[in-house]
Amino acid sequence: MSDFERSSTARVIPPARPRKLAKVPFVELADGRLQGVVSSGSDIGRVYVSSVAAGTYAYACSTNNNRPCGGARGGFCNHIGALINESVLQYGAERVARYLRVDAGDGEATAQSLTTAMSGTRPFPADSKAAASVFSRFLRHLAYLELAPTTGPLPEMQWFPPTRTVA
Amino acid sequence: MRLDLLTEPVDGLDEALAAVDAFDRALTGGLLRLRPAQAAGLAELADAVAGSPLAACAAEAAEKAAAGAASEDHFLALAAARTALLGSVHDALTARADEATGRTREEAPAPAAAEPQAPNLTAAARSWLGDLARAGWQGIDHDVVSGSAQVVSAMLPDPGLRRLAALLDGFSAELAASCPGASLERIPVRRWADLWARGMLLTLPGAAAAPATETVTGRLLPLGVDVQEHATAAQAQVHAVFEPADGGTPRLVRASVSAPKPDTVLGAGVWQLLRPHMTLLAAAGEGRSMDLTDMPVTAEGDLIWQDDHARTGEPADAFATARVALPTAATPPTAPLDRHPVRLAHPVFLEGYTAELDADDETVTFTLAGHRLAVDTDRVPAAGPLTPKAVAASGACIGLLRWDDGRFFLQPLAVETTVRKKTVAVHAGAWAGGTTDKAGAKAEKAATDAVAVLRERAGRLLRK
Ligand SMILES: [Zn+2]
Repeated sequence: MSDFERSSTARVIPPARPRKLAKVPFVELADGRLQGVVSSGSDIGRVYVSSVAAGTYAYACSTNNNRPCGGARGGFCNHIGALINESVLQYGAERVARYLRVDAGDGEATAQSLTTAMSGTRPFPADSKAAASVFSRFLRHLAYLELAPTTGPLPEMQWFPPTRTVA
Repeated sequence: MRLDLLTEPVDGLDEALAAVDAFDRALTGGLLRLRPAQAAGLAELADAVAGSPLAACAAEAAEKAAAGAASEDHFLALAAARTALLGSVHDALTARADEATGRTREEAPAPAAAEPQAPNLTAAARSWLGDLARAGWQGIDHDVVSGSAQVVSAMLPDPGLRRLAALLDGFSAELAASCPGASLERIPVRRWADLWARGMLLTLPGAAAAPATETVTGRLLPLGVDVQEHATAAQAQVHAVFEPADGGTPRLVRASVSAPKPDTVLGAGVWQLLRPHMTLLAAAGEGRSMDLTDMPVTAEGDLIWQDDHARTGEPADAFATARVALPTAATPPTAPLDRHPVRLAHPVFLEGYTAELDADDETVTFTLAGHRLAVDTDRVPAAGPLTPKAVAASGACIGLLRWDDGRFFLQPLAVETTVRKKTVAVHAGAWAGGTTDKAGAKAEKAATDAVAVLRERAGRLLRK
């Protein structure tokens, strides 16, 4: 077996990179989609739930109250653009490209090249069924802030050493 | 420290790991429909524990699995057999590390009686782990993996279930990022089998209990801070020498603080999250001792930290502690279920070595009396002043002696280097309590802003 296979502390997921969260408080690569939550520029009580599917790039954008986004009728709206930008900051362009199965051509992948490559395939809008689950995953994510720290030892964390190598 | 002992073969180690690997390969393909080679792997694991009290149940489990009729109890028996084997590996490696450092270890006490905890949740967790075992790493998909989300969410708020919850949360995130398993180019075979077996055992009543067995009063002299983290949890552990006020033998202890976290809370944000819950982080960061009064401690030397049992004391140089107090400190035993090589984290002090930095891959190696020891600088938290370069330029080092992937290595916690003919200490955990360093302060500000945004969003959206 290789070193990776024989190591108890093999690093499987590179750590996310810090980024400013004001515009896009939540981004994830999950359920076969790039998905997340984008704050509305005009109403602080409103957020948009946006997603792009891996492989097909089928996209969806709606408010947390399930109203469709006006900008996402004929293609990616600004919210989806912001989502792609921030996902590249958080995970690195390569990991986002791999997850979404985008071939951004020659040269280094960037948020711009990924967006262009995906829009260029003229993807279809997806139904907005995923929005509720994405939003509830965002709320679950926020709820982590409310969980109490503990001073009882967690020996299992020995399996999760930090790494200086980022995505 | 005798580095020569760390490179000499350990009797029986290869044989024990070969049986572990045989089981792990079977698990990779899934235990639902075993091919003959996989079934042989399970038999090899069962044979390896044939001389132990697990012999009969491991043999039965291997047979049932080979016939495609394994139940959760059989999976549990296989997990127990694998854990026992790695326990013996842990013991042999610990004895070797003790010999190399000239350390004596206290006897392990008998385990406390088990009390069942949230049986529905642990049963749900075991059922998810059973699904994983049937699918195998090559058979995982989003459906199987997402089965953990609900049980993890339900367990996280209960501090008594935090060990299992934090484990499954980190494990399932790795699996989710690796779906579908069928198209994986490489699989962390031993790691995922470790996490799986660990999770299985933690679902047993009382397995995660580590009760305080006494309280202690005296002086705590920090050696350094170790950080562990995955996307949604972080733990800081302060390794220290405790000197009892009654003049008893000093002993090595740890103090831990951990918290679940959103994955966008990183680096300095982790210190900010943990800092308010353990004053020791600031004391260790500032190079101070603490005076403890009736602080609870487990038999394994884990302080169950309570701020109102601790008072910040005099300045205490970690390198003085390492030179003077560490060699005389007694070493507590490891809890029976925690005996796994990954758990080995032996505080050591080294000086008089030659440090080398490999220009290509930036790895550091220390050579002492002609023997080499690899240094894992990748484990040094990025939110701190200690860098691989500083380690490579050092003349003395406080670290944790660890073992993984067939070899011992050193995780640096602090080093002494020479800057303009003066000796300076650089600590991995220097920013634990906060920092005035320019880069550090910038990272602190960014982390504060990130949490402020999340709290604002949570306040607006969470309770609707
Ligand atoms: Zn939109």
